[in-house]
Amino acid sequence: MTDSAETPVIRMEVARYRPGEDAEPVFQAYDVPLMDDWAVLDGLTHIKDRLDGSLSFRWSCRMGVCGSCGMTVNGEARLTCGTFLTEYAPGPVRIEPLKGFPVIRDLVVDIDDFLAKLSSVRPWLVREGEEPPLTAEYAQTPEQLEAYKQYSMCINCLLCYSACPVYVLDPDFLGPAAIALAQRYNLDSRDMDDRFDVLNLEDAVWGCTFVGECTKVCPKHVDPAEAIQRYKVSAALRSVLPWSRR
Amino acid sequence: MTREMTGGMTGDTRADAYRPRRDRLWFTRSRGYTVFVLRELTSVFVAWSIVFLLMLVDAVLGGSLPEFAALAARPWMIALNVVALAATVFHAVTFLNLAPKATVVRLDGRRVPAWMIQGGNHTAWALVSLLIAYVVLRS
Ligand code: SF4
Ligand code: FES
Repeated sequence: MTDSAETPVIRMEVARYRPGEDAEPVFQAYDVPLMDDWAVLDGLTHIKDRLDGSLSFRWSCRMGVCGSCGMTVNGEARLTCGTFLTEYAPGPVRIEPLKGFPVIRDLVVDIDDFLAKLSSVRPWLVREGEEPPLTAEYAQTPEQLEAYKQYSMCINCLLCYSACPVYVLDPDFLGPAAIALAQRYNLDSRDMDDRFDVLNLEDAVWGCTFVGECTKVCPKHVDPAEAIQRYKVSAALRSVLPWSRR
Repeated sequence: MTREMTGGMTGDTRADAYRPRRDRLWFTRSRGYTVFVLRELTSVFVAWSIVFLLMLVDAVLGGSLPEFAALAARPWMIALNVVALAATVFHAVTFLNLAPKATVVRLDGRRVPAWMIQGGNHTAWALVSLLIAYVVLRS
């Protein structure tokens, strides 16, 4: 390889955790070419392909859609496919797994906890009573779509959980994305639920102290902090006016 | 599925997953966290301002206004109240600035932009303060 001759390099300090071998994560440094068009994820792929095949990390789409490449880059939760290496030049740049989750190996975290929380908020259209025939459409106006569209952009990347000090300190907190996704359905004109039983809890919306970091790190502009504060208002109104829904 | 196929992917892997210890200094890790904690701490001064107001009301009702005035004029009390005023103003400003997050107002199908809600809140705050100042300073 002739990389080093013309191309500048950047040092990537990557957290390694090999269960059974390491008691806790250790950093391992790799020098990778600093290319203008390389994302942090491309640097990791270069390491895996050329320098050290034992490195484990998750990725799939490489275009900010699948939500699987979230990691901690220089202390901040980022999508590594959407974060350019040049942003950290001349380096070094530190890559760690997402904070707040158990580490299975290297940069791979265990997200089962989130998946369980997500299904607890019934993230689907809840309908009661008569169903229209299968061939019928649930028509919506552009305004009705606009009411929840922002929350439907979530890609479950979990950067918001990682950035949330409430979640990191209290893993029972339902967390930003699950609440935003609950609101995605609550605000949908086709949905008939308000998910009050799972959202109006100390460990759900009321656990949020409005730090606002979830909204800052969200790569899809979902604004989970807003979703939570809006639900607090709805929940408070519903408690005062028991007949009001949403 | 055979044992080999699931090998390493089930129970065992999760059991030796690394769980980081709780980070007691989390609020020092980023500027955003530190500002948040400072904002929360100003609540202590907001609470003190309320206590001070209640003491004033009690002094007026109980006829011990001169004693209260003497207490309020102590240098340390003035210093404390200047700090409390600054903290309360900071708390109120950040609180009103965050309000658009919780209130989604739609006019004519369009969402009212955040700056309008913030501006409205600050204007209402200024008007109420002016009204109180007028009532208090009139005499
Ligand atoms: S709300 Fe944003 S940061 Fe959180 S999981 Fe969804 S896309 Fe990621
Ligand atoms: S690889 Fe799919 S979001 Fe980054």
